[in-house]
Amino acid sequence: MLSIRNLSKTFSSAGEPVHVLRGVDLDLKAGERVALTGESGSGKSTLLHLIAGLDAADGGSIRLEHTEVTKLSDAGRAELRRDRIGLVFQQFNLIPSLSVADNLAFQARIADRHDAAWSKELVERLGLGGLLKRYPEQLSGGQQQRVAIGRALATKPSLLLADEPTGNLDEATADGVLALARDLVARTGCGFLMVTHSLHLAGTLDRHLTLHAGRIA
Amino acid sequence: MRRALWVLAVLLSHWRRHKMQFATLLIGLIAATALWSGVQAINQQARNAYDRAAATFGGVRTAMLVAPDAATFSQELFVKLRRAGWPVSPVLEGRVQVNGRSVRLLGIEPVTLPLDVGNAPRLGASDLSSFVAPPGQTLVARETLGDLQEAEGAAPPISSGAKLPPLRMQPQLVPDVLVVDIGVAQRLLNKPDQLSRLLIGKPKGKPAPLQSVVGDQLQRVEPNAETELERLTDSFHLNLTAFGLLSFFVGLFIVNSAVGLAFEQRLPMLRTLRACGASARLVNTVLVVELVALALVAGLIGLVCGYFIAAALLPDVAASLRGLYGAQIPGQLTLRSEWWLAGIGISIAGALVAAATSLIKAVRMPVLATAQPRAWQQRQRRWLILQSGAACVVFAVALLLLYYGQSLIAGFGVLAALMFGAALILPAFLEVILLAGQRFARKPLALWFWADSRQQLSGLSLALMALLLALAVNVGVSTMVETFSRTFIGWLNGRLAADVYISTSDNAQGVAIRSWLKERSDVRAILSGGRAEAQVQGQPVELLGLPDHALYRERWPLLETAPRAWTRLVPGNAAFISEQLSRRLNVRVGDVVEVPAPGGTWELDIVGIYADYGNPKGQLAVNVAALIRQFPQTPQTRIGLIVAKENIPGLITALQTQFALDDRSVADQATVKAESIRIFKRTFAVTSALNAFTLGVAGIALLTSLLTLANSRLPQLAPLWAIGITRPRLAAIELTKTLSVALFTSLLAVPLGLLVAWCLIAIVNVKAFGWRLPFHVFPLQLIELVAVALFASLLAALLPVARLARMQPASLVKVFANER
Repeated sequence: MLSIRNLSKTFSSAGEPVHVLRGVDLDLKAGERVALTGESGSGKSTLLHLIAGLDAADGGSIRLEHTEVTKLSDAGRAELRRDRIGLVFQQFNLIPSLSVADNLAFQARIADRHDAAWSKELVERLGLGGLLKRYPEQLSGGQQQRVAIGRALATKPSLLLADEPTGNLDEATADGVLALARDLVARTGCGFLMVTHSLHLAGTLDRHLTLHAGRIA
Repeated sequence: MRRALWVLAVLLSHWRRHKMQFATLLIGLIAATALWSGVQAINQQARNAYDRAAATFGGVRTAMLVAPDAATFSQELFVKLRRAGWPVSPVLEGRVQVNGRSVRLLGIEPVTLPLDVGNAPRLGASDLSSFVAPPGQTLVARETLGDLQEAEGAAPPISSGAKLPPLRMQPQLVPDVLVVDIGVAQRLLNKPDQLSRLLIGKPKGKPAPLQSVVGDQLQRVEPNAETELERLTDSFHLNLTAFGLLSFFVGLFIVNSAVGLAFEQRLPMLRTLRACGASARLVNTVLVVELVALALVAGLIGLVCGYFIAAALLPDVAASLRGLYGAQIPGQLTLRSEWWLAGIGISIAGALVAAATSLIKAVRMPVLATAQPRAWQQRQRRWLILQSGAACVVFAVALLLLYYGQSLIAGFGVLAALMFGAALILPAFLEVILLAGQRFARKPLALWFWADSRQQLSGLSLALMALLLALAVNVGVSTMVETFSRTFIGWLNGRLAADVYISTSDNAQGVAIRSWLKERSDVRAILSGGRAEAQVQGQPVELLGLPDHALYRERWPLLETAPRAWTRLVPGNAAFISEQLSRRLNVRVGDVVEVPAPGGTWELDIVGIYADYGNPKGQLAVNVAALIRQFPQTPQTRIGLIVAKENIPGLITALQTQFALDDRSVADQATVKAESIRIFKRTFAVTSALNAFTLGVAGIALLTSLLTLANSRLPQLAPLWAIGITRPRLAAIELTKTLSVALFTSLLAVPLGLLVAWCLIAIVNVKAFGWRLPFHVFPLQLIELVAVALFASLLAALLPVARLARMQPASLVKVFANER
């Protein structure tokens, strides 16, 4: 479903080129759950951003289902994110001025793929039933991340990308949140690629990859 | 479409959580639109009135034939021209007194009147017969009907005793004009078979050359796009527009501040929208649509407020224009659809300009840009040096305009450049003061006070610029008005030499009153004056006849004189010239002015220049006996009397009883002086109101900036609270900081304001009115204005400070939580 070949990305820092990704190859099947670890600055987040079309690669290819992501325009990448990718961030990135209910429906409405029954199921599975009228600032970190996961899965995406989704949570909460994510991914059958520092959490997924010196080790 | 609506709903949700910011944005837009469109409504009203006046039965908007000496001519010439194929129509013009009020009487011939004489009242076929057939009709504007205290259908007598045809209201007609059939006018004005001018319609064929028909008895005057009145009042309207523009920009400062802050606060939201698949084009388009929609709503509210502002100011503006230029403006506001559209347009354009930097940033924003709340203010520090450099360039432009600019626009250019430059340099000026404070501070809290003030500066600088501009304009205009007021009162004391003034209805009454006065022992001297009108170098000039009396030599104020000026005036070949006319004609003492008179050209040596404040016409003062010799038709209806103070009331009562004179026809010096000062004060009432509005808007700008900054200030204040400084004490420190920067701003505003006053007095007034006033500084007034500015700042600071003083500890504790 996701096929990455020879992907490279270079940044400039203080006038010097920093080669973050030096020919990454990666495959991910539908329904497969993969953890990506690596030391700080190894390019994990960059890889995720390139897959999501948040940034443009310098070389190589990213193929999601039948779409070559690196060939898409800015608008095309936006469409890809909207319809086929779900994104979860460490900082939750909920919209502070929208209630939990609106945040959950947010992406599905933009994608015009709102499914009331699926939304209801998400709310139940994520345990957000009593929080729908609250605003993000009134939620704990774990609750906020559950809303972010719900928002990302509301469109039933082909691929769920998560960048350190438990980085701001304590261990117990992190376990709970990730268990929910795993269940929901299994329920939707989408691919799941998660960047994490936690080897413990990485071990709970189907496969564990490590990024080192810009390549998959 | 649904996608766009959803994105719009998400963007709008920000305002639901930031109501004060939303109010700030709307207030800025409403204030900017209201003040701008209010001023434009007044200008439009006045210009419509000028148009009506100019187009009254062939004013200067129609080509015409007149006698070279501007006198009347024989009706035979009209007959000759019609026979020769000229499509001309006769007009006779003069002045008559109705119920003690002098009005313009216009005689027309409706059958031959060209169709294209402007927006004059149309006379239909049925109206035509009642207008022409006896007893005829007198067309009159609604305002004039009221002024004359007459009802429609009445036939009031004029001063000669003859009766006007019945009055008929014509709403389109300009005020202060009575329109009658030409035959009626000739009878009422006692000018049988005489005409003032011939209006020229569109010729059907090619008529015979003018000279072959009437020789050089008549000359053609081409239509003018701009009337004398429009030229004279241009400066007044430019002045109002400048005020409107200043208020508009102060309003936009508020909008810029609110939009800039909202954009930074919404950066995470924009990033999330993009990350969730909303395209950059969609998000940017919706951002613009949101802004335009807000501008539309605020613009409509602003227009309604602008209407009320204009309606409130219009009577004073009308009084100013009447006092300064003799222009008649109807007191009731009528607005065209263009005004509404322009108002909405200016609101939208203003919002887009104020939000331009934020919108450009949004368009260019990479989707991975990290949200940096308040980064926009941090970045402003980089602009400090650039801004100061730009200020120096703008000051250089002001200097260049000062030395090389000759026009009124250049005068306003100097003012604009000075204020813009000062606004640009203000942050650097404050930075220097605050840095000096920080260097000299010893105690830790004092050190924090100065350092934190510096940090806060970038967020407040726009509001402080608004305060600087508003206060400088207040200082400048108040100094100018006070200077003018004192000069005017001093001048009035000299000019009003006589103790009692009489205005008779006609010459016969004047003769009778003079004879009666000669018999009275309480009258020490009778001073007869007179006024005539002439054209000098194509300009209308008033000739003022002065009696030869020692009192005038002693008291009449002259700005420049030749030796023995008063003595040289007596034979009749010398004149004093008013300051504004001397500038307009570029005439100095020692020059000669030629005045066309009925008996030939009258050469006058200029032996003095005098101030003539408030007179729209240029004036030449000559000996009254010489004036009557040269202009025998000069009405001798003005009489001044020298009377002992204790005898004044008795004499006035006796005059009123003997000759049935009303209060307007006879008045003592104190009454005339009080009336002049009342008119003077009303003239500047509009300026005072606009001054107050501008300062008010600047106060709002400061309030909104402080309120929007208040929440983001918590991370700076919470650590101090945590180490033991109480909330009330923190609030007091915050208040002191705001007042300090406001005080420093005021201290810069005072010299800037005095510079503005100097520009107004030495450049703008001279170019606009032809008067140069002496420059004075009024320290008490300056202290008062600075106190008002500080009070406005105190009011603006009170609300955010009170909120801080009452803030719950939980809110301050939140600063230390990781969820910010």
